[in-house]
Amino acid sequence: MAATDAQNNGTAIRNAFGNVLAFFILLLIGLLAFSIRLFSVIKYESVIHEFDPYFNYRVTQYLTKNGIYDFWNWFDDRTWYPLGRVIGGTVYPGLTLTAGTLWWILNSLNIPLSVETVCVFTAPIFSAFASWATYLLTKEIKGTGAGLTAAVLLAMVPSYISRSVAGSYDNEAVAIFALIITFYLYTKTLNTGSLFYATLNSIAYFYMVCSWGGYTFIINLIPMHALLCIVTGRYSSRLYIAYAPLVVLGTLLASLVPVVGFNAVMTSEHFASFLVFIIIHVVALVYYIKGILSPKMFKVAVALVVSVGLAVCCATIAVLIALVASSPTKGWSGRSLSLLDPTYASKYIPIIASVSEHQPPTWPSYFMDINVLAFLVPAGIIACFLPLSDASSFAVLYIVTSVYFSGVMVRLMLVLAPAACILSGIALSQAFDVFTRSIKFQLPSLLDHSSVDSGDASSKSVAPNDVVKTEKSEDTSKERTSRKSKKKEKEPVERPISKSQAKKRLLVLPLETSIIAIILLVFLGAFYVVHSVWAAAEAYSAPSIVLTSHSRDGLHVFDDFREAYAWLSHNTDVDDKVASWWDYGYQTTAMANRTVIVDNNTWNNTHIATVGTAMSSPEKAAWEIFNSLDVKYVLVVFGGLVGYSSDDINKFLWMVRIGGGVFPHIKEADYLRDGQYRIDSQATPTMLNCLMYKLSYYRFVETDGKAYDRVRQTEIGKKYFKLTHFEEVFTTHHWMVRIYKLKPPKNRIRGKTKKLKSKARSPTASKRKETRRNPF
Amino acid sequence: MEATQRKPFFFFISLFHLFLFANSLSSFQDLHIINAERRIDLSSHIIKVYLTLKVENLGTSPASEVHLAFSPTEVEHLAIVKAAATSGKRKKKTYTPLGVKSADIPDGPNETKFFSIALLTPLSKGETITLEVLYQLTHSLEPFPVEISQSESQLVYFRDSAILLSPYHVKQQTTFIKTPTTRVESFTVVDPVKRSGTELKYGPYDNHTPYSYSPVLVHFENNNPFSVVEELEREIEISHWGSVQVTERYSLVHGGARHKGVFSRVEYQTRQGHGAGASSFKHLLARLPARVHSVYYRDQIGNISSSHLRTGFVKSELEFEPRYPLFGGWKSTFVIGYGVPLQDFLFESSDGRRYLNFTFGCPLLEAVVDKLTLKVVLPEGSRDPTAVVPFQVEQRLETKHTYLDVVGRTVVVLEKRNAVPDHSIPFQVYYSFNPIFMLAEPLLLVSAFFLFFVASVAYLHVDLSIRK
Repeated sequence: MAATDAQNNGTAIRNAFGNVLAFFILLLIGLLAFSIRLFSVIKYESVIHEFDPYFNYRVTQYLTKNGIYDFWNWFDDRTWYPLGRVIGGTVYPGLTLTAGTLWWILNSLNIPLSVETVCVFTAPIFSAFASWATYLLTKEIKGTGAGLTAAVLLAMVPSYISRSVAGSYDNEAVAIFALIITFYLYTKTLNTGSLFYATLNSIAYFYMVCSWGGYTFIINLIPMHALLCIVTGRYSSRLYIAYAPLVVLGTLLASLVPVVGFNAVMTSEHFASFLVFIIIHVVALVYYIKGILSPKMFKVAVALVVSVGLAVCCATIAVLIALVASSPTKGWSGRSLSLLDPTYASKYIPIIASVSEHQPPTWPSYFMDINVLAFLVPAGIIACFLPLSDASSFAVLYIVTSVYFSGVMVRLMLVLAPAACILSGIALSQAFDVFTRSIKFQLPSLLDHSSVDSGDASSKSVAPNDVVKTEKSEDTSKERTSRKSKKKEKEPVERPISKSQAKKRLLVLPLETSIIAIILLVFLGAFYVVHSVWAAAEAYSAPSIVLTSHSRDGLHVFDDFREAYAWLSHNTDVDDKVASWWDYGYQTTAMANRTVIVDNNTWNNTHIATVGTAMSSPEKAAWEIFNSLDVKYVLVVFGGLVGYSSDDINKFLWMVRIGGGVFPHIKEADYLRDGQYRIDSQATPTMLNCLMYKLSYYRFVETDGKAYDRVRQTEIGKKYFKLTHFEEVFTTHHWMVRIYKLKPPKNRIRGKTKKLKSKARSPTASKRKETRRNPF
Repeated sequence: MEATQRKPFFFFISLFHLFLFANSLSSFQDLHIINAERRIDLSSHIIKVYLTLKVENLGTSPASEVHLAFSPTEVEHLAIVKAAATSGKRKKKTYTPLGVKSADIPDGPNETKFFSIALLTPLSKGETITLEVLYQLTHSLEPFPVEISQSESQLVYFRDSAILLSPYHVKQQTTFIKTPTTRVESFTVVDPVKRSGTELKYGPYDNHTPYSYSPVLVHFENNNPFSVVEELEREIEISHWGSVQVTERYSLVHGGARHKGVFSRVEYQTRQGHGAGASSFKHLLARLPARVHSVYYRDQIGNISSSHLRTGFVKSELEFEPRYPLFGGWKSTFVIGYGVPLQDFLFESSDGRRYLNFTFGCPLLEAVVDKLTLKVVLPEGSRDPTAVVPFQVEQRLETKHTYLDVVGRTVVVLEKRNAVPDHSIPFQVYYSFNPIFMLAEPLLLVSAFFLFFVASVAYLHVDLSIRK
């Protein structure tokens, strides 16, 4: 053994070195998280992706142009015609305000980036923030090494990449950061008991509420954890400080967000937090009384409190239950209910079930989205139990609940991803910890006969390993040292004993085994990296408004959507109404700047059902419905010519279902032949005469003479037909978007009008038309 | 409709004859035109008129100016007038460009407007001179029928006079009208008139008094692209760090007969060229400077992928398509941007000032620009900008703030209405600039980072906690 002074000096330098290294590693992780998401910009272009981001982009444009007050009061009359939509009160403003603030700061520094550019890069920037937040959270749970590993895993987890590539300007992009930072501040408060962090925690929670409807996950998970701690006898004043301020301040702040408002106290999603709030106070009171009374007196007091408390509790619970039971959905929103009961949506709300991201995921999608993390998570859970702390029990609870939720809805895979990263990070870093330590302690004995100092040997022994391993293992070995010292400072009571025991136990691993294990782990990590980069580059970077295909003569670009939207925006009147299925609503308002009937914010089921009914009705009835809605143009998406499979014909059954849900004369069975959906010669006459079929296949036969639909792989049923009430005004280059104009009503002879009217009117559509019929 | 349009026209003509003898501007009496030959080229939507005048001075005093007369509608659509004096015969012909300006003399009969050509040497008694005049008219082909369907071809009216409108006595004159195709629906007959292939020949007419006018109407097919840029904003940003960045914002419209009814993609794709969509256009060509780099072509909603760039030593060509084919009345907006090396366009003049030498006008071929705004963004810290443009433009100054500017950059704004490809000639913007300003922004960044690090160091070394 060398002199202790020298050793202390050495560790101090190594600590400082470790901190600087950790800082640079974090910087690189942030850079990695940012740059891995730029594939979409490099391979395609700097453009907003998909559907919802276009709405967010439009809102941000409005915010930057008109300012915050106009934004809160914004009544959007270009959507949901003729109802309109109160944007300020129905939108989660977090993302918009974030990007708007970013834009404002940049512009006040005279950096004239466009709103679009800022929106495109918001998601990658916040991914970098999210990976730093993961580092902080995991550091609270298991130390710096695990933190860095988890951060690097999160920086490139495919599940998160899928929602945060450059251009994917959606709520989730900032919400995941908000989620992790909230959890970090919660565990930080739990570990320190500082009211400062508790306040920050409420603010982070407020940001999360602003950003995403998924905040209910936080407000249920944290009470669950608090309850778990109480039940397992881990109650402490730190827990009280971590929990109580969050509920009070968090609820107050949450109700400031217009879209949440009084829901923060009135819906069942929040009741768990209030219940636990009561419980934690009871427990706190009990602990307090226990502290001031003698054991004997305490027993008496317990008897008294229990009898009174029980009565009060019963009364409160009875009132609560009565309140909840009185509302039809038991106070839960449709989406939350479909989480608790996975079959709920498909039974009652087809509009939720029709969205592909609300379907339960398949096993391959787990492998695709979290890859090897799925195998590392169980190891991480075990590592969390060695030893179990407040923070690590939180991680376990987080992973368990998020696994359940991700199993219900593929979209919530996103909530699982950080949990999986944290636990895998813990597992990996613990594994490296064990293996490198066992190598470190065995190498000196091997090298002894080559007469080298033990001190030198230990430093040398680390070095060759580092060469073999990738950056990750390097982190862990370096961070281990700094973590050791930190724990010495912080928790002097628990750790030293357990660590020395652990060391002895871990030394059992033989040298060869640990080297092989390390190599295998490195391979596993490499596989993960390769998969993530592939996913970022190939699977998740397509903006979905531009499609490309590789053929023998090179890259072929299908830019039909923007062609159609550009045509609409330049060659139709500003106030014309465009009807399409709700998928294209956001894009039409944002790119074409035309009023739409329904859009992706599916708040009014009846309205969507009206459009669905029109699409599934014969031409004349459809014309009546559209005309009653002042529609001038009808837009359909048709992939039959080039084989674009997510077109309107493939979505058509949902239109029938949703339409039929409100207007019973539309029956799904009429469109199916023997339970099969088909558009070939076997299709039912109802199907072949409905508007969607006609608008999709109008004059399609003239392209190849056979009318072969490449998506359905069949020739269509009815090839030659004429349109009587609609006329084709625009079809894009690859026929992917077709726009039709409603023909103006014909002049009618006075005597005939009444007869025609009564005949044309379909039995259900009349209900809504009577009030809003065009005076001829 | 046709009749109502013509009535005032005849009225107009009869008025002319009334004025014929009454009005006599003394200065115009001396000169007379021995021979006038007019060639009107109607092959595109920009009408080019080549006028050859042989002028003789019969008066006593030498004449230093020759006047051209235009009807008020022509003046409104007149984009450019150029004149040159020719001397020599046939192959040895030499052209001497002459200055042309709008003449400040009281209007002639029926608000006839004048342009004066300043001769280099005054024309003395008995001398003759041959003048070549080129003028171009825009928006002067009136589609008829006004709305056509996809399969129809575009027919237009062209109105002019068979006889040259001139303040002088014209001894002999001929007018040739060249149509783009052989399809001519109708034309006014003013004997003698001859039609052969794509050419209509009016004349020769002898001895017409000043301000004679004989309206003719030609109705013919013209399917050439009527590409009209309603508004073009070109922004030329100079960076002394080595590049000139050009951004051009177009709003393009098809100025021909309006499209009516359906647009059928099937017909457009299967029968392209003949029949379907003959009057529409899709391909556009822009002439860009040589050594152009980082070219982009996009619109409000993103990149447009249909473009090809050919770079060459003398010029580059950008061949591109709008998002959709343009039919009559359809509009489209887009942005083209590119960078060019600074040393090709920025020079130092003898007095130490710098000047930018760049091309005015629209890079699009065969396009009419209704309103062209050219903005030259000078580097921050440049002073006393002056623009030298070879023709009349409106000028003003603005200030613009871009990347990390503190005081803002001076912008020289030049505005021109009714610009045609012949306006694509170089112009200069002179300014003085101190190179030290080039360092302003790097220094700003350096000091910002320095302050940040100082603040960080200070924060780490200051203990702000209350409890010790």
